[in-house]
Amino acid sequence: MIRGALDNEDPDRLYTVTGGRSRADESVFDMVTLIVSECEPVPGMQSEHARILRMCRGPLSVVEISSYLDLPVSVVKILLCDLLDTGRITARHPHAARTGGRLPEPETLKKVLVALQNL
Amino acid sequence: MHSRTSDSAVDAPLRESASDGLKIVIVGGFGVGKTTMVQSVSEIRPLSTEETMTQAGIGIDDASFVQHKTTTTVAFDFGRISLDEQMVLYLFGAPGQERFWFLWDRLFSGTLGAVVLVDTNRLADSWYALDRLEHHGTPFIVARNNFTEPQHTLEEVREALDLPPEVPVIDCDARTRDSSKNVLVTLARYLYSLSATSAVGSTV
Repeated sequence: MIRGALDNEDPDRLYTVTGGRSRADESVFDMVTLIVSECEPVPGMQSEHARILRMCRGPLSVVEISSYLDLPVSVVKILLCDLLDTGRITARHPHAARTGGRLPEPETLKKVLVALQNL
Repeated sequence: MHSRTSDSAVDAPLRESASDGLKIVIVGGFGVGKTTMVQSVSEIRPLSTEETMTQAGIGIDDASFVQHKTTTTVAFDFGRISLDEQMVLYLFGAPGQERFWFLWDRLFSGTLGAVVLVDTNRLADSWYALDRLEHHGTPFIVARNNFTEPQHTLEEVREALDLPPEVPVIDCDARTRDSSKNVLVTLARYLYSLSATSAVGSTV
């Protein structure tokens, strides 16, 4: 592991961060949804919200935000729901995913293949 | 917990135009080289995070009739490759152990495909992962990471794992970028061929 595990995480901290909510409409965000800030943090804002807004001045994935914040993915999704609901971020959802057991179009996968070959 | 000095200092920012995140998962037992492979090809220093899930226990405590709640926590590493102006490929190194699969749907739905990284001396470690990937209908290839001179042919590996003939089985050295890149290219080529075949099939 690159960093210390969250195994010793204080549950109270997670409770506080999310205001006691344990579930968000998580389906809104994939782990690789890219988040972009639409505004700067303002005084009085919850610190995690402010940190996300600073991090996402350029696009950044949900899973990277989770790693940088040292918070589980599901907790980050709850925080992102707050910011999305208030228009402070926008979300770029993945298109090239396998949905309903079907792979993306061959043209998309061809692009992936060529890009990897050209690395 | 460590703290970062500045949140705005994201290690390597994505292109402004980045808009489409893709997922590939590298599954394998402990010490088989998942993190090494992610590290070899990632454009960022590999990161790690975790996911937790609370679920009601399956069993009921006979003595108290109190139903348990258990929290499943899974940690995983990941890296990233920008493919073009829009597409960003995320590579996840995931432990193949049982509890991990509880979180598969939540974390890895939409994954294009998987690399099952195996160590020939511990092939049995990968049976469960192969079974689960088949269950989830996730296309996969098998890559044997050679730390030492292999004792078996790839055909023997294919037989031992009871793999269908169309599933690619290759050798790799997860420590080198070229070899790890070749593994991803092999998976991408396989996915492309599957997609092209089904596209043809669906028009008939």
